[in-house]
Formats: sequence, structure tokens, C-alpha cells
Amino acid sequence: MRDWNVQARNRQARLARAAALTKGKVVDAANIDALLEAVLEPGDRVCLEGNNQKQADFLARALVALDPEKIHDLHMVQSVLALPEHIDVFERGIASKLDFSFSGPQAGRLAKLVGANQIKIGAIHTYLELFGRYFVDLTPRVSLVCAQAADRQGNLYTGPNTEDTPIIVEATAFKSGVVIAQVNEIVDKLPRVDIPGDWVDFVVQSPKPHFIEPLFTRDPAQISEIQVLMAMMAIKGIYAEYGVNRLNHGIGFDTAAIELILPTYAESLGLKGKICQHWALNPHPALIPAIEAGFVESVHCFGSELGMEAYIRARPDVFFTGADGSMRSNRAMCQAAGHYACDMFIGSTLQVDLAGNSSTATLGRIAGFGGAPNMGADARGRRHASPAWLKAGREARQGRNLIPRGQKLVVQMVETFREHMQPAFVEKLDAWELAEAANMDLPPVMIYGEDVSHILTEEGIANLLLCRTDEEREQAIRGVAGYTPVGLGRDKAMVENLRDRGIIRRPEDLGIDKRQATRDLLAARSVKDLVRASGGLYDPPKRFRNW
Amino acid sequence: MEKLTFEFFGGAPVNTTRTPALVGVVGSGNLEVLIEPEQLGGRCAVEILTAARGFGDTWKAVLDDFFTRHELADVRISINDVGATPAVVSLRLDQAVESFLGGAQ
Repeated sequence: MRDWNVQARNRQARLARAAALTKGKVVDAANIDALLEAVLEPGDRVCLEGNNQKQADFLARALVALDPEKIHDLHMVQSVLALPEHIDVFERGIASKLDFSFSGPQAGRLAKLVGANQIKIGAIHTYLELFGRYFVDLTPRVSLVCAQAADRQGNLYTGPNTEDTPIIVEATAFKSGVVIAQVNEIVDKLPRVDIPGDWVDFVVQSPKPHFIEPLFTRDPAQISEIQVLMAMMAIKGIYAEYGVNRLNHGIGFDTAAIELILPTYAESLGLKGKICQHWALNPHPALIPAIEAGFVESVHCFGSELGMEAYIRARPDVFFTGADGSMRSNRAMCQAAGHYACDMFIGSTLQVDLAGNSSTATLGRIAGFGGAPNMGADARGRRHASPAWLKAGREARQGRNLIPRGQKLVVQMVETFREHMQPAFVEKLDAWELAEAANMDLPPVMIYGEDVSHILTEEGIANLLLCRTDEEREQAIRGVAGYTPVGLGRDKAMVENLRDRGIIRRPEDLGIDKRQATRDLLAARSVKDLVRASGGLYDPPKRFRNW
Repeated sequence: MEKLTFEFFGGAPVNTTRTPALVGVVGSGNLEVLIEPEQLGGRCAVEILTAARGFGDTWKAVLDDFFTRHELADVRISINDVGATPAVVSLRLDQAVESFLGGAQ
């Protein structure tokens, strides 16, 4: 007779080992090492909550401090490797296998350890993909998560940075796993319950509040005139053209420039109420002037952003807030929203090849993907129509014998040269070399060329939807690649022909007066201007306060 | 520093009474462009003083395209460059011409 309850009995055994360390769910911080040692077993699949913003840093340090003789060969399944400890657990021999999404700050060390065979990577995912696998074949046995506060019953309040916590805890708790939460404070009554207490086994008050990275703050003072020009082109040549009303912006100065000229340039074109009303976006401080100008109807967020709490609280019609007034973000929900419910993704990249494939991979760094591929991909499961989606679909299908369907707008926005005159357009992505060096199945492409609808540079916009052959596509890309070797290698006659057909459009073709492309067009030119625009509600982190 | 000079022919002469136009700033990654009318027998003369050596071919390509966009004659263009990218150079040149020739903003 098969035993159908192995996982639950194993869970009980783990809890029994930990019983001596605690009365109820609250564990003293001094006992954290003993708790982890009691609850963990070698070979466990472990989710250590590392998002791209908040970090379960106290639990990460405790995990690293365990005795690798006792706890080893853990299989880490976490969305982001941000802290040094996320790599240290492998260096110390506590963990050996990794499935993840993004490793920006630790990308260099990760590549080294992979090269030295100290980490075996299962796969590099997008967020939704990894979250999906939490419910299929990568369900955590133990999850170490992070919340703002807990009560004694184990109910958790995440505050605005809800991020990945709900999905991690749900996958773990409902498959007989163990959930341990670090919290900044233990209180009698929570402002609201984000995670029900019966999904949580232990809470421990961290000696220090968890770390949060202000990842989405861009100082308007650093936006260049080229970025203003490109933002004008985006608004006139794409947003207005397609009537883009539901969208996601990638992170960076290019898109911050767009956000900051909505109340000036887009307003002057009469576009208020016609574009940019609904967003899947972190609460970018750069969006404040557009919100205040009445451009924005709603914003759902993946995570939060340090300093934006009071502003968000004061704008509940725009943001998703709880009965307590503070925001609830949710990375999984917002990724799904960005994929299925948005008509456009626009973001920057590091390299684009002749087929429009775009990658942020560079040699010696395994940085992963994060969410961009979910946003920057046509949603083949989408069925509802909108004017922007229908127009993009019509353009892609013109003259072809295909059943009518819409298509997502996926725009890659990039200056032809990056810092130090590194060309952004290349014949072959560095991703190929990285794949070979790290023994990957595939080159790590962030956004596939077949999903890219437009490439926007300071030289112009290439509309890849209208290209009918690989050769046209290549020349359309070369035709906006400026003075890079790829750009200089263009067939001039063919590029002029593409321009005549509206496949390539230059600023002058769009009727853009370049004299307007100055920083004066930005609705805020400094962080201080953003504070002012928010009526003093935005409280920027210290490092952005330069006044 | 490197000094480069280029000349273009076949453009349309501008009214020599036009006011010179100066755009940009001499700062890192930026440049200053001065456009002034001058009797040059139908030539458009460009003189560049640049902090970045060895980019003569790129300058030529940028200026060829510029001259295709704006066929000027009897005009002198002086550039003080502190390592601007071709994107910034093109933008400044276009801004300079647009304010030099005027027209509705």
C-alpha cells in the first residue's frame, strides 16, 4: 500500500525538530542558526527571497553561516541573486544547484563560480516562468521570506513591497513545505494581512530592517538631449501613431525621458487622455509629473520604490492600495498584466543584432533576464482587441494570407553608441560567446527579433512589422544604426526606399523640430523638481538628495 | 587635440546678412557648433577641433549626411568637440542650422 502522505509527515518531522526552539511561531533572532539547521535537510529545494528590491538579508546571512557538513547540496530556486550571500552559499558548499531569473549585481561572481563548477545552473528563467515552475517541478521545500511586520499568529504585513512573497509562500505552504519569515517588527495588530498566518510556520524579528534597493529611481538631471529627442520620437512616432494606452516601460533614462515629457511635449500634441493612461509599472518617481498632469488613470506595480510610499498613499485612485492605505504590489500579477493586458513594452538594451534580437548579456557576466522577456514578447494567448494591438497586427499581416490577429508593440530604444563608443548594433551578439563559455543550451537572448516591432534610435524608427523579407529587416535595422559599423554597412538605396515606404522614419519625417530637443522639455529636471511636483510627498533616498 | 577640415560644394548660398548661430557647450561628451555666413565662393567649410583623436572617418560620415540634409553654401561651421558621440554631433549640427535659418519652432 503506497503512503500518500510522505511530504506532510516529513514536514511534521522538521517542525518537531524545531519545537524546542520556540513557543508558538515567534523565534528569537539568536536561535536562527539552530532553527535553520533543524528545519533544513541536505538536498532541499530552498527559496531564499531575493527580489530585485527587498531582500531577506538576515536569513541569507544565517544560511551562509550554517555548517556545510550538516546542510549541503541545497537547490536554490529564487528570482534574484542580489546580495553577496546569495553567491556565498555556493562558495561555502551549502548549496550546489541554482534556478533563477536575474542576477544583475552578482553576475560576474556567478559566471566565475559556474566556470569553476561550484554552481550548477538548472535554467535561467523569466520571472513568470520561474514562478510557474514553483507550482510544477521546482516547488520549494523550505522558503525563507521577508515581510515588514508579523503578529504572533504568523500573519504577515508586507507593506508596499509585497513583490514575490505571496507566490513563494503559496507554493511552499500548500505542498507541505516550511515557511520562515524575517520581519522588521512583531506587533499585536497588523495594518493589514498580506499573507495569512496559517501559511507561515516561523517568524523572526531581524536585528536590522531588511534591505531595499531603490532600483527604479532615475535622476532627471542625468537625462541627455539625445534621450529627449528619442523620447519625442517615441511619443510622436509610436505612442500617438498607435494610440498606446496600456503599457509597460523598462527601467532606464531613455524611458524616464518619455515619462518626463508627457506633461510637456505629449500635452502640446493634444495627446492627454489618448495615450499612456494605464500602466504595469513600478512607481517610478519620474512618472509623478505625468500623474499630476492628469495623464495617468492607473498604475499596477511589480514592487514599490523607496521614498514613494506617502505619495502613493495620497493617490489611491491611481495605485493599488489596501484598506490601510499603503500599496500592495505583486510581481507575479504585474508580470501577467504586463504580458497579457498591455499593448506595448518599450525598453533599452545593450546589443541588437541584424535580425533584431536584443541582449543584455556580456562576456564574463551571467545576468539573467528578470521580467523584460515577459513584457517584451507578443502574448500569443491574448484574445481581447484594442486599437493599438489591432493596428500592429494589421501592419504585420498586410498582404499576407493570414487570419486576422493583433500583435503587441515591442519597442527597443537604444542610442547607436553606448558609453565609451561601444556600438549597440552588432553583427553577432556577445550572448553567443557567453553561451559557449558557460555551457548554456541557448544564447541568452532577452527579446527575440521576431517579437520586436520597432527599433528606435536617435537616427530614426525602424518599423519591423512592415518588413516583408529578412533582407528588408536587416536594412531597416542598419538604416537606424547610425555611424556604427553595422550602420555604415547599409545599402543606401535600399534604406532610402524603406524610408519612402515609411518603414524607416527620421525625426524630420515625423515633423520633429530638433531645436525643441533640450532638457527644457523635461517636466522635472532634477530630483528636487520631482519632490516639488509631488507636493512634497515624494521623499527620495539620501543618495538622490544632492541639495 | 586633433584638427580636421572638410569642404562641401554644390549647396544653395545663404543670405550673408544672417546672424551667426551658436549652440551647445564645451563640456565632456558635448560640443559647441558655430555657424556663420561668409563669402566662400559657394563652399561650405567645416573646421573641427576635437579632443578624441582618430575618428576622422566618422566625422566625414556624419558631415556627409549633414550636408545631404542641409545643402548649404557660403557658410563656415566651426566645431569645438569634447568627445561627443555622433548622435550628439548630428543633433547639435541640426539644431545650429535650424536656428541659423530660422523658421517656425
